[in-house]
Amino acid sequence: MRVTFRLNGEATVIEAEPRQSLADAVRAAGFTGTHHGCEHGVCGACTLRVDGVAVRGCLMLAVQAEGAEVVTVEGLDAPDLKAAFVRHNALQCGFCTPGMLMTAAELLESGHVPDRAEIRDHLSGSYCRCTGYQAIVDSVEEVAQARHGAKP
Amino acid sequence: MTQIGRALPRPNARRLVEGAGRFVGDLTPPRMLHAVFVRSPYAHAVITGMDLDAARAAPGVVAVYDGADMATQITPWVGVLTHMVGMRSPPQPALAVGHTHWQGEPVVMIVASSRALAEDAAELVTVDYDPLPPVTDMEAALAPDAPVIHPDLGSNLCWEKRIDVGAVDVAFADPANTVVERRFVFGRHTGVTLEPRVITADYDAAQDQLTVNYSGQVPHMMQEVLATHLGLPQSQVRIVAQDVGGSFGIKIHTYGDEVAACAAARLLRRPVQFAADRYESFQSDIHARDHRVTARAAMAPDGRLLAVDVDDITGIGPYSVYPRSSAIEGNQVINLIGAPYTLPAYRARLRVVFQTKVPTCQYRAVGHPIAMAVMEGLMDDLAAATGRDPVVLREMNLIPDDAYPVRSPQGMLYADLSHQACLTRLKELMGYDALCAERDAMRARGVHRGIGIVSMVEITNPSPMFYGVGGAPVAAQDGAVVRLDASGAVHLSSSVTEQGQGTETILAQIAADVLGLRAEDIRVQTGDTAHMPYGGGTWASRGAGIGGEAMRAASVALRAQVLELAGAVLQCPPSALALAGGAIIDAASSTERMTLRELAQMVYFRGNELPAGQAAELIASRHFRVEGMPFVFSNGAMASYVEVDVETGLVTLLNHWVVEDVGTILNPKLVDEQIRGGVVQGIGGALFEECLFSDDGQLLTATMADYLVPMAGEMPDIEIAHVVTPTSTSALGAKGAGEAGTSGASGAVMNAVNDALRPLGAQISQMPMTPERILRSLGLVP
Repeated sequence: MRVTFRLNGEATVIEAEPRQSLADAVRAAGFTGTHHGCEHGVCGACTLRVDGVAVRGCLMLAVQAEGAEVVTVEGLDAPDLKAAFVRHNALQCGFCTPGMLMTAAELLESGHVPDRAEIRDHLSGSYCRCTGYQAIVDSVEEVAQARHGAKP
Repeated sequence: MTQIGRALPRPNARRLVEGAGRFVGDLTPPRMLHAVFVRSPYAHAVITGMDLDAARAAPGVVAVYDGADMATQITPWVGVLTHMVGMRSPPQPALAVGHTHWQGEPVVMIVASSRALAEDAAELVTVDYDPLPPVTDMEAALAPDAPVIHPDLGSNLCWEKRIDVGAVDVAFADPANTVVERRFVFGRHTGVTLEPRVITADYDAAQDQLTVNYSGQVPHMMQEVLATHLGLPQSQVRIVAQDVGGSFGIKIHTYGDEVAACAAARLLRRPVQFAADRYESFQSDIHARDHRVTARAAMAPDGRLLAVDVDDITGIGPYSVYPRSSAIEGNQVINLIGAPYTLPAYRARLRVVFQTKVPTCQYRAVGHPIAMAVMEGLMDDLAAATGRDPVVLREMNLIPDDAYPVRSPQGMLYADLSHQACLTRLKELMGYDALCAERDAMRARGVHRGIGIVSMVEITNPSPMFYGVGGAPVAAQDGAVVRLDASGAVHLSSSVTEQGQGTETILAQIAADVLGLRAEDIRVQTGDTAHMPYGGGTWASRGAGIGGEAMRAASVALRAQVLELAGAVLQCPPSALALAGGAIIDAASSTERMTLRELAQMVYFRGNELPAGQAAELIASRHFRVEGMPFVFSNGAMASYVEVDVETGLVTLLNHWVVEDVGTILNPKLVDEQIRGGVVQGIGGALFEECLFSDDGQLLTATMADYLVPMAGEMPDIEIAHVVTPTSTSALGAKGAGEAGTSGASGAVMNAVNDALRPLGAQISQMPMTPERILRSLGLVP
């Protein structure tokens, strides 16, 4: 089926089988930052944003993206967040990282400075097997405070 | 500025946050096919027939292969090590031939133009099975009347080992001594790498060359394994491991499905990719830690530990995994129990048992969490039995920091360790006395909190005495090449791979230190057997200690070349020169004499300006292996603080502290984050993770919804401090950090939970400590 949507800001037309997931479709379109970890909505590695909302790319069909604005990690405009992840070493293998960034970006746009417990809670749909999470929480906390001018 | 010790960020992290990773599943060479496996639905069965015609005729299908087909392409392997005398394991085929031995064993491979079409075709495969009795329980498997999984072997025992040193019976018989005994049960865990196993094989018939991109840790080992079992010259097999989405030891083993995908690529002369889905990874990635340990300890009236006696039985599935063998874990359990302490007498019996379950093998901190949890559990029991403070009892028994080298009753040679300093630092870090007071005050209010302490030893930097002597094609050394290009820039290549632990960064720091550069200015390449020196890759915490030492030595050799060349050009002795800031300087005055670029341009473009006979070399290679010691051990101490809800059985982690001695710290940020990740994997084993099977051998935890791994919301912040005792086996002094966190965390959490339960007269000795098991220990559920 023909699906027309905006992918990382560009008008995109793809041919998708009805059973093809959105994650598979964006990967086939060359945006391989979206990863498959479990393919049943648990691990969060495939998280991308559809019309501003973080969704599981493995649980959404490509055809459901008709007319939508889809953003993957390649199109995520959050240089401060990405820089904080690098600075804090908030990633090791980097496989969960795109999903983690998409999830964190959503929280950071919520308009307030979350505390560490809220950050941990918000990130709990994204599994990281390498870091122990702490550096990720540090990064998100630091960016939230910087964006809102809050003192650490 | 010294480069070693800087908390430098990883250059490859920048690529990964942009979604520009190069994971194997991201590669789509033209004409690539996808392999899918039909796996055994039974734990144990005879294959009586199969019908593959419908699958062969399905849309998109290019080939369908069964075990017999693959047996003509791939020789079977045997996962035993010759130095582990008496170990047995039958030849293992890539795909099952005639029998299946675990639920999930690959039986038929479908190769099709897409994964979806291959899965469609897999649905059309009919395999007829005649089920055999499953052999699931490791103790029942040893009963005289148990069904024998491999009839030729005569029993289900893979290997047995005994250690008996010192006056064990005397210590336990003396009524003046305190004796404690416990039976521990450790559930099966698995690695759950977020990226499942994936391999893309491509065969160039014109050159008889197999190129394999794989998500793994040991490219040179895979080169040897594939060459041997596919019947290719090793020089015709190239393995490339770029970004790897988690490994933790899961990706150092030989998997039949991966080898079969390589065989298919050769048969079909097209690229073939096999990417396990999550269901398959639970069924086919190695499991680990399936142990039942009965242990007792005897302590003199003055608090001195006198003897430990352990019986460890471990189930490994139907085959010892090739080429490292599945007996290593149990061997490390019985070798490491009691490691931090002065222990005069020790007895152990290990039995490694075949079962019809997913094979088990090495996974992060092989055997360590079991050994540490057992010994530290006994220490807490001894403390409780005699009313001693657990920390004081440990302080009385730790091997003194000035006593090394020390040989343990198991024959392990320990050197350069710092148990006393680590425990002292840990007490400070956690505020031990105040924390005990807080715990006691909370208890008085009906809040059940507990503190758990662990002292630990980790095996790192293994020498050839580990695998090489046993005949496994696993390199104990690692190699490094350092070269200067025509612009004067330094390029490194190393046989140690990068899985996110920061290998490439620390190698750059090491070379930069020697060559007077900034680490940021150095380029590093890893992971390609065609372009890097031979070596072991990434396992057993050896990247810094072995790969790093090789890099240091190669850098020193390049520095000597540069200074000799520069001395010849500048007409001064090399000893009068030094390197700094990308230039050759006068050693005494620090005045710049010429830049590396100027020297390189002279060597590469204007060799006529060099004195006659002067070697035009700007490249050095060195390899390093540990000598004189079988291993370089690291050590540390950990503490956990938990709250147990005695009505729900839920454990809340309040704090976790780690003091670790990894020797010279090359990059504190990377070390700390690796330790934190390791701690969380250890906590996973303590509280959440378990591969469960039904009595007939069906895997019950085959999805991420069933198999729980720790998430951000459940984990506490983890405080880390260091004691630094460089290893005397190398110039750099680096030990390994990869196992550290995982080794002690689960024991610390178990001790903390038991500290919380002790006033209630309860104790738990089974991991994971699920709410149900905690309630059972409290007698609240049957």
